[in-house]
Amino acid sequence: MASNDWTGVLHSWVATVDHKKLGILYVTSGVIFLVIGGLQASAMRAQLFYADNTLLSPQVFNRLFTVHGTTMVFFVGMPIIIGFANYLVPLMIGARDMAFPRLNAWGYWMFLFGALLFYFSYLGSEGLYAAGSAPDVGWFAYTPLSGKVFSRGNATDYWILGILVSGFGSVSAAINLIATTVTMRCRGMSFGRLPLLVWMMLVMSFLIILVMPPLTAAQVMLLFDRFLGAHFFDTQNGGDAVLWQHFFWFFGHPEVYILVIPGFAFASEIIPVFSRKVIFGYPIMVAATCAIGLVSLGVWAHHMFVVGLSKPLGVWFSAATMVVGVPTGIKIFNWVGTMYGGRIRFRPPMLFCTAFLLQFLVAGLTGIMLAGAPFDWQLSDSYFVVAHFHYVLIGGLVFTIFGAIYYWFPKMSGRMVNETLARWHFWLFLVGFQLTFSTMHVQGLLGMPRRIYTYPADRGWEIWNQITTAGVVFQIAGVLCFVAAIVHALRRGPPAGPDPWNAWTLEWSTSSPPPEYNFAELPEVRSRRPLWDLKHPEDPDWRYE
Amino acid sequence: MSSATLASGAPLPPLVASRGRVGMLLLILSESAFFSVFIVAYLFYLGKSLTGPYPRDLLDFPLLGTLALLTSSGTIVLAVRGLRRGRLARFAALLFATIALGLVFLGLTALEWRHLIFDAGLTLRTNLFGTTFYSLVGFHAAHVSAGVLMMLLIGALATLGHVRPEHAERVEMVSWYWHFVDVVWIAVVSVVYVIGT
Repeated sequence: MASNDWTGVLHSWVATVDHKKLGILYVTSGVIFLVIGGLQASAMRAQLFYADNTLLSPQVFNRLFTVHGTTMVFFVGMPIIIGFANYLVPLMIGARDMAFPRLNAWGYWMFLFGALLFYFSYLGSEGLYAAGSAPDVGWFAYTPLSGKVFSRGNATDYWILGILVSGFGSVSAAINLIATTVTMRCRGMSFGRLPLLVWMMLVMSFLIILVMPPLTAAQVMLLFDRFLGAHFFDTQNGGDAVLWQHFFWFFGHPEVYILVIPGFAFASEIIPVFSRKVIFGYPIMVAATCAIGLVSLGVWAHHMFVVGLSKPLGVWFSAATMVVGVPTGIKIFNWVGTMYGGRIRFRPPMLFCTAFLLQFLVAGLTGIMLAGAPFDWQLSDSYFVVAHFHYVLIGGLVFTIFGAIYYWFPKMSGRMVNETLARWHFWLFLVGFQLTFSTMHVQGLLGMPRRIYTYPADRGWEIWNQITTAGVVFQIAGVLCFVAAIVHALRRGPPAGPDPWNAWTLEWSTSSPPPEYNFAELPEVRSRRPLWDLKHPEDPDWRYE
Repeated sequence: MSSATLASGAPLPPLVASRGRVGMLLLILSESAFFSVFIVAYLFYLGKSLTGPYPRDLLDFPLLGTLALLTSSGTIVLAVRGLRRGRLARFAALLFATIALGLVFLGLTALEWRHLIFDAGLTLRTNLFGTTFYSLVGFHAAHVSAGVLMMLLIGALATLGHVRPEHAERVEMVSWYWHFVDVVWIAVVSVVYVIGT
């Protein structure tokens, strides 16, 4: 940094077009929103601790689950995965920056101002009490509830506009990532040698480009309905409220893969390094990722089985959903195959990825159960569904994100994280996660619907809810350890050196943190593991390609 | 070990494409995804309006506007070719011809809308036809306007003498956008004025 006074530092971050600084800004913003979204969840869990509790009013509870869901998907998941992609893709392909650095900065600020616009709804007519006048229509804002008739005031408009604005940022980031990967690879970096993370970010970016604009279009229709008196989703004038569900889930289901494919990407880089083996079945992993991306575009209505789909449609969406399970299963098989026979080192990144494997397996299995329409008719909109997607998004995504932060933090900051604190974080978070979300399956099977602000005492749900809420305490303690580990590392962490994990991809060939230009001399690669070739000239990988 | 050349003698990857070309193709892909939702909505609500007026009562095939827009794709191709070959006067003339054709299209759309709104009383809130018609055709017209604005900017720079043959690829990217707007219009015309009536 050129200047040490705080205005100089601030200026260097606000005006930056450097992909590494923007990546760190994305990830940091996402982690801050993760804490905010976590506090909203904790408030809901406090309310559900007792039957007939009156801590939160029903209105505030509705706002909390709406803001929680929206925050976690759009302002936590998206910026963190895009931030890591931003930071890592140019480094991994041996480039000096993204293809469009200024567009990159524009995308970040669109995301941030979109998120702030959404949160501005808190300052609405009812003031700052609890969730203020935040949106209360759920994170998928079904019509006709989100129409003008049932949602007066402007809360819903903040939901529409905040996501719409940050969506522009996501699409620009996706365009940038693909253009970077296609045009900026260093000498020798053919598509067959791309690190798996880059491949997966490529597929993720294509999904963003294909499904984010349709969400924008649907939101524009909703805005037209609300402000200009259009009739897209207005059943009084022949409009169809279910069309919104189709449009939303055409975005909403691929969105799950947009979020979780980067989780796969982190695991695919971390697991080989800490198993000291090459990834098992590289081409199959690439093919499985492409297959997941493709099939995920045709499964959206499995969110809508209870809306009354025709029988052929129900069969199609059941079958297609089960088909997605096949490439996903192949991936889990390959990660386990990578670990099999390896010299596994259970350092913090590897701990999180190992837990991810088991938890994502459970998420996949409950996903297959819910893919069967008759099973879904019983459990749709119950806590079983809540358990399922939190296993995907926390057990799958958040665990790999923590793993990725522990893995690449030394590269980003140049300092090592205290392993004791990281291990406390892992075990507390693991226990908390399991307590909270495995019990939700039971509540769902016992018939507890999602999104209810309280429940009567005679249903037998109370004890399960109390275990669920108890798990939250462990998760909070775990996240506090995480914050402590990061703050401690930033202040007193020992220097990391360029390659603390003895890894194989190009980002570890430059200093930690890398200079602004990444590589003094652009690298040239001859295999999938350029650093292995450098460290083992007697037995380089390229000999076997 | 910092940033050494990692191996030597590896073959160069073929230079696939410039970042501008890839970026524009991807922007076009995302815009296609955006338009396809409005086209799906138009088709889905075709014939479902509860009250009139209906498409076949009002819509005439916009022959002149379609011809203007299709012709403009040709003029912009010739303009880029002129710029690439250093024939700057020819480039400027063809660019302004393209702008004029775009403006003709927008003017004809404005006349059509004036007729629909003030003579036939069809607005966005009249019925499902009005809702889907104005949003689909309107978003297309907005994209035509954006294209005209981009070309006006290039035209202004060209008049000031700032556009030279080495900028041909950038101008060509604007022309790709313009072709895309044209292709969307073919889809819109087919759906709204042919299938829809």
